[in-house]
Amino acid sequence: MAPPSPGGSLEEQIDQWRSYLRRRQAIHSVDAAELEDHLREQVGVLIAAGLAADEAFLVAVKRMGALDALSREFAREHSERLWKQLVVASMDPGELPARARREAFVAFTLAVAAAALVKLPVLFGLDMKQHQAFYGRNAGLFVLPLLTGYFVWKRRADTRVRWLALGFAVAIVFANVYPFARGAHTERLTMLHLPIALGLLVGVAYAGGRWGQVAGRMDFIRFSGELFIYYVLIALGGGVLTGFMAMIFRSIGIDVEPFFQSWWLPCGAAGAVLVASWLVEAKQSVVENMAPVLTRLFTPLFAAVLVTFLGTVLWTGRGVDIQRNVLIGFDLLLVVVIGLLLYSMSARNPSAPPGVFDVLQVVLLVSALLADAVALWAIAARITEFGFSPNRVAALGENVILLVNLAWSAVLYGRFLRGRGTFPDLEKWQTDYLPVYAVWAAIVVVVFPPAFAWR
Amino acid sequence: MDINKDLIAASSTPIVLAILAEGDSYGYAILQRVRELSGGDMEWTDGMLYPVLHRLERLGHVAARWKVADSGRRRKYYRITSAGRAQLVEERRQWQAVDATLRGIWSLRFGDASGAAPATRA
Repeated sequence: MAPPSPGGSLEEQIDQWRSYLRRRQAIHSVDAAELEDHLREQVGVLIAAGLAADEAFLVAVKRMGALDALSREFAREHSERLWKQLVVASMDPGELPARARREAFVAFTLAVAAAALVKLPVLFGLDMKQHQAFYGRNAGLFVLPLLTGYFVWKRRADTRVRWLALGFAVAIVFANVYPFARGAHTERLTMLHLPIALGLLVGVAYAGGRWGQVAGRMDFIRFSGELFIYYVLIALGGGVLTGFMAMIFRSIGIDVEPFFQSWWLPCGAAGAVLVASWLVEAKQSVVENMAPVLTRLFTPLFAAVLVTFLGTVLWTGRGVDIQRNVLIGFDLLLVVVIGLLLYSMSARNPSAPPGVFDVLQVVLLVSALLADAVALWAIAARITEFGFSPNRVAALGENVILLVNLAWSAVLYGRFLRGRGTFPDLEKWQTDYLPVYAVWAAIVVVVFPPAFAWR
Repeated sequence: MDINKDLIAASSTPIVLAILAEGDSYGYAILQRVRELSGGDMEWTDGMLYPVLHRLERLGHVAARWKVADSGRRRKYYRITSAGRAQLVEERRQWQAVDATLRGIWSLRFGDASGAAPATRA
């Protein structure tokens, strides 16, 4: 039917029209193709009737109807499209569904492997109830090597495998060779810090050769935030399932408690890490990232609470009452503030000019620093009374690391607000600082037990 | 002639089904047929036909598949299904009832000669 092609300009116009169409969420590419076929036929008929190409195009577009009205009609018919769907196979047909399926298969296989790995020591007589300390020290080692393996497989970055494997081997050694005293504090510290140190290895594998770049490390930060949220959601779902399981089996006189303790919970907790990671990877760019949304909600609230706290301290002159765990509490506060900073940074357009939210962020940073300074002051004044227990040294070290991180972030953020620095400076600082945490965690694992005589 | 939007929306289903009952077709050709049949009175906005077709496809009244047309472009062809034919019969029954009622009123009120003799006393 077609008259001779009316030249590049018509093609360009149609291309442009198609790109407008594709921006509408309710109109998928197949629909755009169908509409384009219609448009082309209409244009062809009009040209055959004697219109010039551009006139024909204009008339055809006009007849097609206003884009807004059209996409509204499509949205009414396909309302599900306005909810971005995480489809396990693939969003668009023809977008390598085989690869997506293979990835899901690998992820679930690794999840099952992690669950099996948790139970492996039982074969060697290490019962979960009697050897809780062993399981605690090795908790990260059951899961994180497999997670690392998943990313190595996915990114095909095989050059680093040897180093990653070496890292895990060293971790296995340090988790298991030290002769800890029974119930030793340093052993508890190892349980807490080893996974943090191993996080670095996961990050290197996740970045897949981009660990050296700010963007690569920033992606890992984004990933970790989403992983946390997905893990919590899976855990909630698992809790509901467990509740029903316990209830229905109790109704027939079977107690699932032993099964739950020794199989369900440990295996589920291990496997869920892999499944959550895979979900984060699969839904990337499909669903809005949640971590930045939560930080948007809570940054103002945390800032308000901290400012009120400082105001109250100033007004009433109350000193900080140094209880046993107050330092750890303030450490956690700083961790949360770092988290708020990191995840809101991860979603910020680096080239956007400073805005109200950035000012809020600085208020949060400065007030957190001041609150921590108040607590540190109180501790420093009485440090000799307390002595240097392993817990206290670890907490103090963490506090210093966090303080340095936050203080310099505040300086850089301040510069950025006053137009004397750029946002990428801040990003670079934050992402460069990540390994410091892992290194400190490694020091706690490796140096503390002998330094404190395995107590 | 401007036809009320609601009326166009309500009539689109039987019109599209009836046209497809004549034979398989695709969007542009269906619209051409509508213009022909209505003598140009029914002016649909072209794009609006497609959500209607997709709705009928979802309901199972029509089936669609992509074929390469003579022009060499890929084109989505629609075919009426047996469920669609049943729906068409049902639509036809309803529209005839509406039509009969309206004709009755027109000839009573306005002595509209163009209306066929209504079933009621005239």
